[in-house]
This record gives sequence, structure tokens and C-alpha cells, in this order.
Amino acid sequence: MTQKRLKIGTDFTWRDMEVGNIITEAGSAALRRTGDWRSQRPITDKEKCNKCNLCWLYCPDAAIKPLEDGYYETDLFYCKGCGICAKVCPKGAITMIEEEEQ
Amino acid sequence: MSKRIGLEASFATAEAARMADVDVIAAYPITPQTHIPERLAEMVADGELNAAYVPVESEHSAMSACLGAAAVGARTFTATAGQGLELMHEVVYAASSMRYPVVMTVCNRALSAPLSVWGDHSDAMAVRDTAWIQVFCQNSQEAFDLTLWAFRVGEDPKVLFPVMVHLDGFHLSHVTEPVILPEQEEVDRFLPRFHYPFALDPNRPMTHGGFGPPDIYSEAKIAQELAFRQSKEVVLQAWKEFGDIFGRCYCPVESYRIEGAKTLLMTMGSFTETAKIVIDERRGKGEAIGLISLRLWRPFPFEEFRQTVKDAEILIIFDRCISPGMGGPVFSEVRSALYDEEPRPKVVSLIGGLGGRDMSDEDFDYVVSRGKEIAEKGSEKMLETVGVRGEVIRIRG
Repeated sequence: MTQKRLKIGTDFTWRDMEVGNIITEAGSAALRRTGDWRSQRPITDKEKCNKCNLCWLYCPDAAIKPLEDGYYETDLFYCKGCGICAKVCPKGAITMIEEEEQ
Repeated sequence: MSKRIGLEASFATAEAARMADVDVIAAYPITPQTHIPERLAEMVADGELNAAYVPVESEHSAMSACLGAAAVGARTFTATAGQGLELMHEVVYAASSMRYPVVMTVCNRALSAPLSVWGDHSDAMAVRDTAWIQVFCQNSQEAFDLTLWAFRVGEDPKVLFPVMVHLDGFHLSHVTEPVILPEQEEVDRFLPRFHYPFALDPNRPMTHGGFGPPDIYSEAKIAQELAFRQSKEVVLQAWKEFGDIFGRCYCPVESYRIEGAKTLLMTMGSFTETAKIVIDERRGKGEAIGLISLRLWRPFPFEEFRQTVKDAEILIIFDRCISPGMGGPVFSEVRSALYDEEPRPKVVSLIGGLGGRDMSDEDFDYVVSRGKEIAEKGSEKMLETVGVRGEVIRIRG
């Protein structure tokens, strides 16, 4: 599968599959919104955050990105809503909220 | 010059892997497969084979290590049996759907419980749907030949599927027979170096084993199924090349004295040779009987099979496994393969040789007599297990 082909649509047939379903180009995850099965999302309260970076360290999906000001932000394109960041935050700065609450 | 020596089928298998110059062996010892990894470990330790021998902690790890090795383009071999094959089960599927041409010998063993280390085809039938090319061996020579052939087929760029070589546990794996060993030069001519086109390489990053959400899984499986069925062309081509170089010819469905045969007995694996004795005896008495042996089990050789049985009136299928609640698994498939054919033989099922129970020539003589009786009485849907003590239980299947 090339990156172009990864945009799966009705014109994508079994003939477009690579042998062994191999993805022959690196970086294809950038095209795939894998955060869309999340049922809860993390909300960070900057007032409580002490920039310890544990959330960044523990995130199993590398979905937490450091910002220039030293704080952290969640990339909701990938975040699966597992809640590990909220659990490990020593300051209780991260809260998980239901997706439908927006 | 090739040489003819006495060799146990397990050692013949190990010798084939050595002459194939395998790069990686990852295996966990289990009866009755033990002699194969033991001999290969010895060869590596003694410097007779330049390969990495990975002494893994389980069969699940064995197959996982094989996948890793194959992913970087190593020629990879393993062997297992019975419960070991069950323990690696999920990874067996991954090997084929990720298209890694691992070669694995399975010394067929019954599955627990009751605990049995002895042979039957229960383990083979449990991996029927794993999309591995699968063949059954009749003797030590085939164990050697089909192991070499397995690498040639699996690694072909048009195939890239793993190959399973079945040896009947003990009845074949531990039997010493004359084996003709070829020259290394002949092996090299038949089996060129392996170049896996998608080998993992830091300079050419790619993803193996990505996930398949519902909008792609069906396409992935259909692509795999088509490629798997098309592999039969290479299966046949490689057997032809094998015959040209080594002088021994193989085909998907072996037939023995089938000319004008009204009754055909069908077996798989090493019991075929015992059954041949019965065919000779009955032919000697003028009976129109022959034998077929299914060597290629997957992909199923529909065309060759139908062609071979088309003139028979009765086809007796001997299974070494019970599919609980269904019957003989090979019988079920074969009967299904003939359903649309006209005319077609009456297909009769007999089961036997479970958990290492011997099947003598006399037992096969009973299989033929009883099979013909069932067919002639018109109760061909009955299934029966040969040699079970106690009253005969005949189940309508």
C-alpha cells in the first residue's frame, strides 16, 4: 500500500493490496485517524501542570506533544483515550471527559 | 555422485535443511519431532551448518522467531508436533498472511486428552485453514525431497507462502529407510539463494503486520486467497524441476494401480505404503482396485483429484482424525469436491489409526471389504472407526 492508496475508498480493490499487506512507505500513520474510536478525551488544566513530562513519557501512543512553552498538548488525531496520562499526573491536572460532553 | 544410505526420516529432514543451507532454525523440542531440532542443533554446534539456532522457550516463540527471521530475508526452518503446533497456532496464521516462506516439518501427533505422544492427523487438520502449502510424506525419501522442495516453492517470488511438510509421528519420523542423498551442487541448482523482496531494512523503512480495519480486511483476505490458489502452478513447476534434476517425480495426487479400477482406496501419509500391500494382494486375485494418496493437501488439487477418481464407482476415504460432530475431515472435503461431478463415485468414510494405533495390511484389507459393503448397501453416509473394541458404533454422517 502506498500512502496515496491508503486513502481507502470505493476505488480501492483487492488488487491494490501489497503482498502480505505490507505498507511500503514509512510514515503512513500520518494519514490514518486512529483517534476516532476514543470514548473519553483528556483535558489538561495548565494552572495545575508543573511540566513534569510524565504524561508525555507514559503515553503508549506518543500522542502527547511538548509545546514551546514547556506545557503539553494531546494530539487527538491519535489519542485513544486510554487515560494513562490522567492516572500518572502527580498534580491531577488531567481529567478524562466523555467525548459527547465536548 | 549421489549416495544411498539408511537414514531415519527425522534425520533425512534435518539433512535436507542442512543442504538447503538454512540461515535460522528456531524450534522447541517435542515428541515425536525431537530428533529433527536435536540433529540440526548438533550440526550448528559442530560447524557443519552455518546457521543461527535459536533455542526458544516455547513453540509460540519458535514460530514468532521464525517470522522475525523471515522478515529480514533469512531462509528459516522449524519443526513441531501435536500440542506444540497448537501452542504456536495463532502465529501460524500470521506467517502465511504476512507471506513469510518459513518451512516447517510437522511430525503428526494426536491431540490431548487423553495425553498421547503418538501419531494421527488431528494436529494437521487443526491447521487446515492456516493458508500454508501442505504436503504429506509417505517415506524418508519424501521427507528429504519434499523439505528441499518446500523451500523452493515457498520462496518463489510468485508464491511467498510458508510450507508445512507432514510426517507421520513415529510411523515415519522414527523409521530408518534407504534415502538417496544428492550432491550439494544439485541442491544448489534446484534451490537458488533466497531473496525476500520485502526484507526489512533500515534504509528502506516499511511496515509489516499493520492492522486491517473492516474497510480493508476483506480485500486483504481475497488477495491472499487468490495468491494461495495460484501457488499451485509453482508447486507443479517445482516438482517438474525436481524430477529433471534428481530423477524422482512427484504429483499432487499419487495413483497406484488405478487402471480400470472400480474401487479406489484413498490415504494420506505413510500408511499409504501399507495400504499398497492390500492393493497388490487384491489385484493378484483379479479385483479391479487401486489406491490414491493425496500428497498435496493445500491448496487442494481439485483438478487432479477429480481426474484421478472419475472412472471409479466406489471411493473409500481413510481418515486418521475425527472432526467431532462431523466425521472424517478428509472425507468431508473430498465428498464436497465431487458433489457437482457427474458421474461420481460413491464416497465412503472409514476412520482409523488414531493416537498411534497401528494399521496393518489386514486392517486395510478390512477397510476395503467394509468400505465396499457400505457402498453396496447404499448406506454410504455411515461412518465407522476401524478396530475400536466394543460393539461397532455406526453414525449416520
